[in-house]
Amino acid sequence: MRLEGSGLACIRGGREVFAGLDFSVGGGEALLITGRNGVGKSTLLRVIAGLVRLTGGELTLSGGDGENTVTEQSHYLGHLDALKPSLTVGENLRFWAQYLGGAKPAAEGIDAALTAVGLGTLADLPAAYLSAGQRRRLSIARLLAVKRPIWLLDEPTAALDREAQDSLVDLMRRHLASGGIIAAATHGPIGLDGARELRLGADA
Amino acid sequence: MSPLAAIFVRDLRLAIRVGGGGGIGVLFFLIVVVLMPFAIGPDLALLARIGPAILWLGALLASLLTLDRLFAADHEDGSLDLILMGGTPLELTVAVKALAHWLTTGLPLVIVVPLLGLFMNLDGRASAAVALTLLAGTPALTFIGVIGASLSVALRRGGLLLAVLVLPLTVPVLIFGVSASNAAIIGPLPFGTPFTILCALSLVSLVIGIFAAAAALRHGME
Repeated sequence: MRLEGSGLACIRGGREVFAGLDFSVGGGEALLITGRNGVGKSTLLRVIAGLVRLTGGELTLSGGDGENTVTEQSHYLGHLDALKPSLTVGENLRFWAQYLGGAKPAAEGIDAALTAVGLGTLADLPAAYLSAGQRRRLSIARLLAVKRPIWLLDEPTAALDREAQDSLVDLMRRHLASGGIIAAATHGPIGLDGARELRLGADA
Repeated sequence: MSPLAAIFVRDLRLAIRVGGGGGIGVLFFLIVVVLMPFAIGPDLALLARIGPAILWLGALLASLLTLDRLFAADHEDGSLDLILMGGTPLELTVAVKALAHWLTTGLPLVIVVPLLGLFMNLDGRASAAVALTLLAGTPALTFIGVIGASLSVALRRGGLLLAVLVLPLTVPVLIFGVSASNAAIIGPLPFGTPFTILCALSLVSLVIGIFAAAAALRHGME
C-alpha cells in the first residue's frame, strides 16, 4: 500500500500553512516530518487524519482497504491523550478499542497492549493517578489494541523516559515490519533506520 | 452497534462517577422548586395553580445545566478527534451521547417530580400529569440542547452561550408541556391535543438536533 499527497495546500485562519506539498510513503516505510515550530507539521498530520480540510491538492491511498477511507485506516496520536480521569486504565483502553475497532475487544488483546507499554499491572487504577509519561503510554497502547495500517504520530516521544522511547521505537519497527505506514512529526532523531524525511518550510 | 454501545456505556459511567455531574441537575431542580414557596408565600391555591409551570421551568433550566460539557469535555482532552475518526456516522454517535445524557439528567428529573409536587401543593394525579409531560418533553430539551452544545464546543465559557442559544428554541416545548399538564389538572381542554404536539416536538427535535449537531461539530473542527 502507498499513501501519497500531491500539491497539498492548507489555509487555516486566513493564513497559508503550506502549499504545493508532495510526499509519498509506502508500506513498511516511515516518514519523519521535521521543521521549525509553526511550520505545519501537526497540521499535515491532522490533514492526513481527516481532521482538517485540505484547501488544495489530493491525498490518495492505494492498495489499502478500499471499503474504508484514509481516516478510518489511520491511528492519530496527538498532543492530547484522549483519556478520562475517572475511568480506569483498562476501561479507557477498552472503550477506544471497542469504539475504533468496531467490535468488543478480546481481554487478552487489551492485556497484551497494556503489558507492551508497561502498564500491565495498573489496569484497575483510575487514569487520574497516572503521570504524564504513563498517560502517553496508555495512548500508545491504543495503537496496539486496534489494528490500523497507518500511524500518525505527533511528537510521539514527548514526556516519555529513555526506556519508554526505546520500546516505542521497537513497537514502530514491528509495525513497519508488518507492512504498516508511519508518519511522525518530530524534532529530534527518533532512532528509526531508513526513515524518509520530509522537511517542511526548508525551501520557503 | 458495538462502537455505539461502547460510547453509551462510557458516557453513563462518566456521568455516574465523581465529577461527572449526573446528580447536579436533580439537585439544582430541587433547590429551584424548594425556593419557590418561600418567594411566593404560603398561598396553597396559587401554588397549585402555578405548580406545573414552576416544575417545567425548573426542569428546563436543570436539563441545560450540564449539557455544555457534552462535547466540550471530549474536545478538551482530544477524545473528539478520535470520535470523528471512528468510522461510525457522527449523527449516530451524537444521538447516543444525547440519549446517555438524557438518561442521566432528564430521566432523574421526571422521577423526582412526584416528590417535588408536594412542595407545590399538587395532588397525586396532578404530579403524575406533570411527570408524564416531562417524560415526553425533556427529550426535546436535550436534543435541542445538543445543537447549542456542539456550536459552543470550543468556547471556554460555552455554558452561558449555550443557554442564550437554546432557551429561545425551547419555548414551544415549554408552552405545550405546561398546557398539557394544566389540561390534565384543571381542564377544560382535552389532554390529548397539547400532549400529542409535545410528543411531536420531541420527535422533530430528535431528527433536527442530531443532524444539526453533527454538522456543527464537523464544521467546528476546522
